[in-house]
Amino acid sequence: MLLGRVIGVVVPAVVYEGLIGTPMLLVQPLDKSGQPSGRSLVAADATRMAGPGELVCYEGGREAALALDPWFVPVDHTIVGIVDAFHREEGAQ
Amino acid sequence: MIIGRVAGEITSTIRHPFYAAKKLLVVDRIDVAGGPAGGYLIAVDVVGAGVGETVLVLDEGNGARQVFASTDAPVRSVVVGIIDRIDVTP
Repeated sequence: MLLGRVIGVVVPAVVYEGLIGTPMLLVQPLDKSGQPSGRSLVAADATRMAGPGELVCYEGGREAALALDPWFVPVDHTIVGIVDAFHREEGAQ
Repeated sequence: MIIGRVAGEITSTIRHPFYAAKKLLVVDRIDVAGGPAGGYLIAVDVVGAGVGETVLVLDEGNGARQVFASTDAPVRSVVVGIIDRIDVTP
């Protein structure tokens, strides 16, 4: 899993079967110090509660689809948690 | 598997049911000399690792699901060991 910041909402008009009603959010991946890193991506939201501005953790790859119900769906990134706090030890590189 | 150093812990109230009551660690990737190798990942802890420890991280879905005896858990990264020492033969 990696950290990301929700920066927007994607509203699809037509989706593949199994994805109807699944929220799609625009996520900016973050590096380990919380700074934006790389290109934004669209992730399904398994929590169904994330919104713009929130810090989330998302899973990529095959595991992304497994977080959803039904799970046999064409998805490559899924938000699996909303981060309340991210404690980083002082002096950590 | 990869080696890393635990940099911190994630607390999260709203999460996928699979991750309920599971400890999530932020692990920095390191090289064999212990220096940063760039990048990080968030992994589920099953061995009781703490901040600052060098750990062994499994980053593959099927093996990770085997750890949790599940066929459908949405998990890929698991901290599966705490490393005491790494000897590199020159």
